[in-house]
Amino acid sequence: MKKQLIGLGVACLTASTALTPGMASAQEVKKGGTAIIHMISEQRTLNPALRASTGVYNISGKIVEPLIDRSYDGYEPVLATDWSGSDDGLTITVKLRENVRWHDGEDFTCDDVSFTAMEMWKELLNYSSALQANLESVDCPDPHTAVFNYSKPMPLDLFVAAMPDLGHPMPKHLYEGTDILNNPYNTAPVGTGPFKFVEYERGQYVMAEKNDDYWREGFPYLDRIVWRFIKDKSAAAAALEAGEVHESGFIGVSMADVVRLSEDDRFDVGTEGYENNVAHSTVEFNHRNPILADLKVRQAIYHGLDIDYAIDTIMRGFAAPGRGPVPKAGGDNYTDDVKTYDYDVELAKKMLDEAGYPVKDDGFRFKLRHRPAPWGEYTQLWGEYFAQAMREINIDVEILTNDAPGFLNGVYRDHDFDTANGWHQFRSDPAVSTTVWLRSGQPEGTPWSNQFGWKSEEMDQMIDDAASELDPEARAEMYHEIQRKEMEEIPVIFAIEHPFISVTSKKLKNHHNTPRWNSSSWYDLWLDE
Amino acid sequence: MKPTIPPLLIYALRRLLQAIPVIILIMMGTFLLLKMAPGDTVDALVGDMGGADAAFIARLRAEYGLDQPIWVQLWRYMVKLATFDLGRSFVYEQPVATVLMDRLGTTLLLMATSLSLAFSIGITLGAFAARRAYSLADNLISTLGLIFYATPSFFLSLMMMLLFSVKLGWLPVGGIKTIAGFYTGWDHVVDVARHLVMPTAALSLIYLSFYLRLMRSSVMQVADQDFVRTARAKGAGETRLMVHHIMRNALLPAVTLFGLQFSTLLGGSVVVETIFTLPGLGQLAYQSVIQRDMNTLMGIIFLCSIIVILVNFLTDLLYARLDSRIELS
Repeated sequence: MKKQLIGLGVACLTASTALTPGMASAQEVKKGGTAIIHMISEQRTLNPALRASTGVYNISGKIVEPLIDRSYDGYEPVLATDWSGSDDGLTITVKLRENVRWHDGEDFTCDDVSFTAMEMWKELLNYSSALQANLESVDCPDPHTAVFNYSKPMPLDLFVAAMPDLGHPMPKHLYEGTDILNNPYNTAPVGTGPFKFVEYERGQYVMAEKNDDYWREGFPYLDRIVWRFIKDKSAAAAALEAGEVHESGFIGVSMADVVRLSEDDRFDVGTEGYENNVAHSTVEFNHRNPILADLKVRQAIYHGLDIDYAIDTIMRGFAAPGRGPVPKAGGDNYTDDVKTYDYDVELAKKMLDEAGYPVKDDGFRFKLRHRPAPWGEYTQLWGEYFAQAMREINIDVEILTNDAPGFLNGVYRDHDFDTANGWHQFRSDPAVSTTVWLRSGQPEGTPWSNQFGWKSEEMDQMIDDAASELDPEARAEMYHEIQRKEMEEIPVIFAIEHPFISVTSKKLKNHHNTPRWNSSSWYDLWLDE
Repeated sequence: MKPTIPPLLIYALRRLLQAIPVIILIMMGTFLLLKMAPGDTVDALVGDMGGADAAFIARLRAEYGLDQPIWVQLWRYMVKLATFDLGRSFVYEQPVATVLMDRLGTTLLLMATSLSLAFSIGITLGAFAARRAYSLADNLISTLGLIFYATPSFFLSLMMMLLFSVKLGWLPVGGIKTIAGFYTGWDHVVDVARHLVMPTAALSLIYLSFYLRLMRSSVMQVADQDFVRTARAKGAGETRLMVHHIMRNALLPAVTLFGLQFSTLLGGSVVVETIFTLPGLGQLAYQSVIQRDMNTLMGIIFLCSIIVILVNFLTDLLYARLDSRIELS
């Protein structure tokens, strides 16, 4: 099988509200300068082969490079130059780039890939350890060829889709024989990227400087990047306006400021560059509650939600209605040919009556204890909207406010909820972090997985089959089926899909020009100052 | 004849002995209280990361020792504390003592500047207003005091930021220094001072209103006392009357407040430190609660309780100095 470039089919979700990013400008490139980037929270580690998290990539993606990255044209070779899979799906061969050196001067070779894959990707990296569970070994026939051997078929397109996030090699010579989790290089990473780590002042900033020995000739343009930690969103907006910060990603300022700054011609505000980081705002049901185990009740609840209203008021238009577990950014694996539930209060009431839950003397049919996730403005307001919308159809909702650990334990470990609203993060391929929301038998307490007491043997079988199907077309069709079934049975409502939003100073050029820009290497970013 | 130990030393020693069980109780109490909050640092981390699988979570929990029963965790912590080992921070991957010492300087600098500014300006204005009670000047000062008193510090901070940084561009928005400015020597000092202007102002304006109001009422009360009238009858000048007779007595409540506020030294600046992103202890404490970073939080509380006990002791000493009727016993 030859290398496959998978068409992204990425539709700009909010073409009307978003402004054009500073792409492909005809201006002459200026070299030098320091780009200053806002980060809302502190990172515990900067090693992307130990923590799969956009917060980590946002910094370490400039220092440590993956084998493969994603561009708007498909998958882009970075440290890998070519990849192919065997017909039985048991081996994947990756050609590695030559003449690449780590920041300490050592050569980058297959030994690094083999070591990282076996010791970190398979053993320690979240999501990757499940993905690479069947990885037996990585052979190095020559220093620039890595052969991944699997005990069960691994679809090449799944492997490739996972690599931008879950495929960062780390230098073997700095990790071999050490306690990997406590290795000091985890917070002072050594990579092959366009920028070299300089320092990490806790609570203040991380700084990286230009790598003069970078393998892309003539790059990077910037002298330095500084990431500043500013917890307070209003202060972050002030820093942007005062010109002290050039970019704030992942909705780092309040939605009111997003709207205000989008009208300010000093900034580009939009969702470009997040096509690979799309998330769903969800409504999660506890199927252990017999009322919610009734499909008719769940359908009535879906009919009771005015999704378009929520998109306009909460997400200010930067979102689209969900169509099951795979978002549009899922490319070929996405379909919109699914059952949908229009907003219809009367129908919802009728369905609840039919299900055997008439309005009682107190004006309500039944009561739900609802846990809203504290993942920022969207989820909190979405939770409040849910409670409000349910009252319209005579369902009483009590909101149990909690912080992050309280929410994760309350919902995913203790199952102490009737309904919850959270956040499903789509990671390139449905097999990475999506199907775990539907597959039964998830270990108790695993966040962002099926802890809802919902079990369908048919769905379990469909998920397992799709995960090892090698033919991309057949595989895509299997995921369409999964979406259709999910929308029929709605174990979870994947109500709204939204990329993140960034506010970027127009002084930054070539920004948000890839579908996972904040996580990418920024080798071509420059500052017009 | 027995050698006499100075009574002050005996007093200090006794206070020290009393302090030890208090600190132990505080530490055990906080530990248990924190354990009652739902979730631990691994949940917080997983929340930040946007997800992880079960094996990853179990491995982290074992690494931090969070898989043990609470009593085992408490015992291990207290044993380590007995040797002044505060453990490692889960979030910063550094010893807690290092993390605290990094932050202590910023907080002390901020609090010492704001408190001393607030104290000196506050009592001066308060005394002045009291001497001209109900005049235009008094009304102006009192109204201003009331406004500062009623303004929440986050609002004051954000408004100053909007005016001086965004609109006028005079002062930096936040942080403790210009990153990538690479200043050295005096340039560095000036740079840090510029970064501290707004946070210091925001903090001291609120404290200032406390001292102002307290001092005003205290001076007015003392000025009515018999001994003041006597002193005036004996021909004492207004200045002497104010400095020697009134102020010295009127200062007592202000000193009490100073002691109390000094005790909130660490906690009082959470909001201001967070908004201005100053890497201080208040911000650290807030972050540690959110991230359930037990060791760091316990370290901060340990440091706080020591400071509170120390300040109480010093306040008592100062009392005895100001009012010779008070005896240390």
